[in-house]
Amino acid sequence: MNAPGNQSQSKIVRWIDHRLPVFTFMQHELYDYPTPRNLSYWWNFGSLSGIMLVIMMVTGIFLAMQYTPNATMAFDSVERIMRDVNFGWLMRYIHMNGASFFFIVVYIHIFRGLYYGSYKEPRELLWMLGVIILLLMMATAFMGYVLPWGQMSFWGATVITNLFSALPVVGPKIVAWLWGGFAVGNPTLNRFYSLHYLLPFVIVGVVGLHLIALHQHGSNNPLGIDRKGPQDSIPFHPYYTIKDMFGLGVFLIIYAIFVFYMPNALGDTQNYVQANPLQTPPEIVPEWYFLPFYAILRSVPDILFIPAKLAGVLCLFGAIGVLFFLPWLDTSRVRSARFRPVYKWVFWLLVIDVLVLGYVGANRPEGWFIVAGRVATLYYFIHFVVLFPVIGWLERPLPLPTSISAAVTKKGGARLAGASTPMEKP
Amino acid sequence: MSKPVLWLACFALLALGAAPVRAQEAASIPKESWSFSGPFGTFDRAAAQRGFQVYEEVCSHCHSMNLLHYRDLVGIGYSEDEVKAIAASKQVTDGPNDQGEMYQRPGRPSDAFVPPFPNEQAARAALNGALPPDLSLIVKARADSSPIKGLSGGADYVNALLQGFKEPPAGFKMSANMNYNIYFPGNQIAMPPPLAGNDVQYADGTKATLPQEAHDVATFLTWASEPTMEERKFTGAKVLIFLLVMTGILYAAKRQIWADVH
Repeated sequence: MNAPGNQSQSKIVRWIDHRLPVFTFMQHELYDYPTPRNLSYWWNFGSLSGIMLVIMMVTGIFLAMQYTPNATMAFDSVERIMRDVNFGWLMRYIHMNGASFFFIVVYIHIFRGLYYGSYKEPRELLWMLGVIILLLMMATAFMGYVLPWGQMSFWGATVITNLFSALPVVGPKIVAWLWGGFAVGNPTLNRFYSLHYLLPFVIVGVVGLHLIALHQHGSNNPLGIDRKGPQDSIPFHPYYTIKDMFGLGVFLIIYAIFVFYMPNALGDTQNYVQANPLQTPPEIVPEWYFLPFYAILRSVPDILFIPAKLAGVLCLFGAIGVLFFLPWLDTSRVRSARFRPVYKWVFWLLVIDVLVLGYVGANRPEGWFIVAGRVATLYYFIHFVVLFPVIGWLERPLPLPTSISAAVTKKGGARLAGASTPMEKP
Repeated sequence: MSKPVLWLACFALLALGAAPVRAQEAASIPKESWSFSGPFGTFDRAAAQRGFQVYEEVCSHCHSMNLLHYRDLVGIGYSEDEVKAIAASKQVTDGPNDQGEMYQRPGRPSDAFVPPFPNEQAARAALNGALPPDLSLIVKARADSSPIKGLSGGADYVNALLQGFKEPPAGFKMSANMNYNIYFPGNQIAMPPPLAGNDVQYADGTKATLPQEAHDVATFLTWASEPTMEERKFTGAKVLIFLLVMTGILYAAKRQIWADVH
């Protein structure tokens, strides 16, 4: 396709496009869509997330053809997939590790947005749709982890659904409603299976909105300044299609090393034991991508009249909920941290904080882990609620370049080597 | 570029190192060298067959392996005829027949391994209330606290446990019908020492010492926990070669296309 639909060489293309303008649409969103010329490799993680979503859905649909959502048969049906179904082990390991890699990619995508201020005007709704996608992903991943019906599936489901019992008055009713009974059991497994199949399609819908919002104003860029004219942008295709594909290749190599050579490295061995409601495993730990949130949940003590369990649940949801308000909590009008001498360092503190939370979440809440968990939890909220507005007010940003092309091309003054060294000091 | 790379590495470390640091009550597990470890490791067929013999003659009196079928045994090098003979030596309950009655018949390769007890209650009644775990997945379920070791971690554990029965230290309070094992969490295990050396007469003439038997049975159980491991690693090599070549070509194409932008 080298011409827009209506001017295409092919009569068939013109005939279709006149009635269903798919070719015009593709022309508009891929060739005409202007993209900043200076996007770094950190911008690959958006399309990688989309590809991961497709990989998860495709492998998931094949797994669903062989899986049996029944409390007495689920565990054995997964093992049947591993042993007897042709390439079943491959589908399952791609899907199982895919959950981890989906989260790695999405977390990097989110932190990239945080560093370069991609949530700021006019991209607030784009950011908020992203937070909704994250929430949907977490729900989907949690319910998917229950399906193999191993020990950690069962006890993880028990612990997490029990969180809702902390809510006053309605809590116990909600929990019974989630379970479809008075404990995690066959009805729970059936509804989780149904929802685990449904939610990815909901995610596809929200991703569609996310892309519409993205294409309204186009991508942000490492300089965080708006495109001022055609010299600042290049067409998405072929420039970013090939860059995304190269990035995909590198990503798939790492992903494949896990799938083929250490497929269980990111999982819990306890999930190879069939669920047993009468035997609690020595440790109930969620998958690694929930560990920072799990640490927040367990770290919160009684706050005034709020019992620790409820306070923990509120903080757990608050930790994601606060992201919705970020566009207004950040008072700085400069987007990119490159030109924000204070925020640039504080950003890395948040990264460290989340890593500490993850480490704390993986360990029993004993000794200094309690202290570390509380400090890290407190810092997490201070970062968003206090530091973001205060730094925005007090910080004196560096002067912004006049345009993207001036900053990244040799003839336009100081060369910032935009695409290849994104986070070097300006 | 070094800083972002550093942080990416941190993310990877978080992912890998997130395994909980568990309070270790038991002695640390000695590392064995296994035929199946590493990216090119395969199952030592002779060891796995010897391990199957140990399972058959010792373990299978108490432990089921419900996820395995006799036909799977071709995976450790038995011929179809040998598998038929192994299966035929078992009595399998089948039915109901057209009289509505269950009946016994010789096993077929398509049958699942015949369990030692018909149900959990029968096992507990026969074994002082203890329930021997099914061994189909025991190696994957016991890869100790560092899952990165994968199958080797679980095999190390099984191998150590079978050799870990000792006299309890003075003053150690043992519960009734329990046995002291230095590698078992809590040190008290319901299983009496299953192997002592010379428990089987190996068909291939290998000397059946306790370490040899433990090593062989651990190899067999590792194969049983993931019979598709060799196919996985072999496929992985092909996939990685393809991905490396493809990514190289994509990189060249990217350089070419972007040449006029830089």
